[in-house]
Amino acid sequence: MLGDYLPVLILGGLAFAFVVASLFASSLLRPSRPSPAKLAPYECGNEPVRLPKGEKFSVKFYVVAMMFIIFDIETIFLFPWAVSFRKLGLFGLVEMAVFIALVFVAYVYIWMQGGLEWEQAPRPMERTAAEGEQEEELLRAG
Amino acid sequence: MIPAPHLDFLPLLPELIVAGVAVALLVGGALVGRPSQTVLLLLTLAGLIAAAAASAYLWNWDGPGRVLGEMIQADRLAVVSRMILLGVGAFGALYGHHYFARTGVARMEFYPLLLLAVSGMTLLVASADLIVVFLALEILSLALYILVALSFRMASAEASMKYFLLGAFSSAFFLYGLAMAYGAAGTTKIDGIALALSGRTGSQPLALAAVGLLLIGFGFKVSVVPFHMWTPDVYQGAPTSVTAFMAAGTKVAAFTALIRVLDVSFQPLTWDWRPAVWALAAASMVLGSLLAIAQTDLKRLLGYSSIAHAGFILTGLIATDGAGIAAVTFYLVAYSVTVLGAFGTVMLASGGIRERTSFDSFRGLAGRSPMLAGLLTLFLLSLAGIPPTVGFIAKAGVFGSAIRAGFWPLALIGVLASVVGAFFYLRVIVLMYMEEPQAELEPEGAALPGAALALAAGLTLVLGVFPQIILPVLEKAAILRW
Repeated sequence: MLGDYLPVLILGGLAFAFVVASLFASSLLRPSRPSPAKLAPYECGNEPVRLPKGEKFSVKFYVVAMMFIIFDIETIFLFPWAVSFRKLGLFGLVEMAVFIALVFVAYVYIWMQGGLEWEQAPRPMERTAAEGEQEEELLRAG
Repeated sequence: MIPAPHLDFLPLLPELIVAGVAVALLVGGALVGRPSQTVLLLLTLAGLIAAAAASAYLWNWDGPGRVLGEMIQADRLAVVSRMILLGVGAFGALYGHHYFARTGVARMEFYPLLLLAVSGMTLLVASADLIVVFLALEILSLALYILVALSFRMASAEASMKYFLLGAFSSAFFLYGLAMAYGAAGTTKIDGIALALSGRTGSQPLALAAVGLLLIGFGFKVSVVPFHMWTPDVYQGAPTSVTAFMAAGTKVAAFTALIRVLDVSFQPLTWDWRPAVWALAAASMVLGSLLAIAQTDLKRLLGYSSIAHAGFILTGLIATDGAGIAAVTFYLVAYSVTVLGAFGTVMLASGGIRERTSFDSFRGLAGRSPMLAGLLTLFLLSLAGIPPTVGFIAKAGVFGSAIRAGFWPLALIGVLASVVGAFFYLRVIVLMYMEEPQAELEPEGAALPGAALALAAGLTLVLGVFPQIILPVLEKAAILRW
């Protein structure tokens, strides 16, 4: 029974040996002439831009990106449905209505929670000052 | 014209009710602004009760065995598991109501998320196709990732991140296994795979790869060794009410789906997957019990104990007959009741938002709150499997079915692991009764979670003395038709 798996083991061993051998051989055989251009990250693209230290992206971008994906997927579903709309008939119409209604629920939720308000969105929960302090202390304490 | 398929929504009614209430609460809550937590709790419980009524009605369902394009199973195993899961959901809602009100971070999103997680769990136990299994796993996991993070402690966010990353990882394994199963059998239907595989001779590498990868995917969800790394961190970091819910709920749902996958789909390959399940069960029981000894935090200890219990349940799964399935479902009932009670007691005894759950906070609990100490003792004894609690009957059942199937060494390992387990459960009991209190912490009594705890304690004792109350029902449910 276990003998059946021997070829798998041998193949795994061969793959590993091949990787080690070819890396070793290429380190022996290749010429090594480094230059600043060659050592730069992404030889064929831009230098990556770092954010200044301590700078963070606002979480609002994330909410907007998620909203985009929701509607993106909705559109992707709508296209094939629209193409065969007549063939699917009433059944397809009802199914699509249910789907759009559920997507709409997410939209209403984000809207009502202030996810679309860009400037100084009110916190989803209003807490008293004491609660806020307690929370901050907890965050600091970990 | 493509004809509209015949739709029989009735066997899906419990999920439709639960998910419908979740969506309604989400929209209603968002429109109202700051809805009353008690109203939300009552609506949630009403939805769960309605779903339970619908699934009780399905017990005598005489329509087709599979509906909605053979995607949904309408058998009695689904009914029984749904009932357990809806009960677990009700406990979770009651605990969460208390926990979040006490910590001052009550959010209305808790209830919709909890209901969505429950709907994913109940869909998981009723799925007749591996695609639906995957969808249901994702529904329950996505809701749980957020539930775990629903507290302002840093540990909670960390736990959610760990759970999310490993959950995504395990989903990839599961999907890969699903693809392999399709390659081997040409279908993803749970019974179709069995029909395609039976009667074939010779080695079937694709099917073996499929069962292996699916086992890894499920292994992450039910936290068996070596896929258990996330469990202690997540159980400790999550709000205790959520820990109680997810510890019981995911185990029931994922193990029921695993019964279907192993005992139906890959039944023709039983002799190939048994050694793998054997090894997973033995490793979980031994490592879970040994690692629990070194813990100094009660929630972490219960996390490791849940790993050991996953091993015990796998022991029962190794016997593929009806009695084996009945033993596993009984174990799932027993584990749910006990672990809900244990985490509920920890929640009430561990104080406010900071969650003091280290052993120090439990020293001398009996002096401060004899009631909570007594309850926790009962639940720990049940987890250890000491009569007359339900844990004993459950363990005897799974070990018995392993021995009947000829796997007595595994049962022996299980018994030895239980002995090791008894040590660390008893250590907590000794801490509570025989040591002086170190931390001055006022454990609180609260009416609603108190009643839930009383119910859990009652079930632990009653089912431990009279298991025959539910055993006939479970035996009827254990017949898988395909």
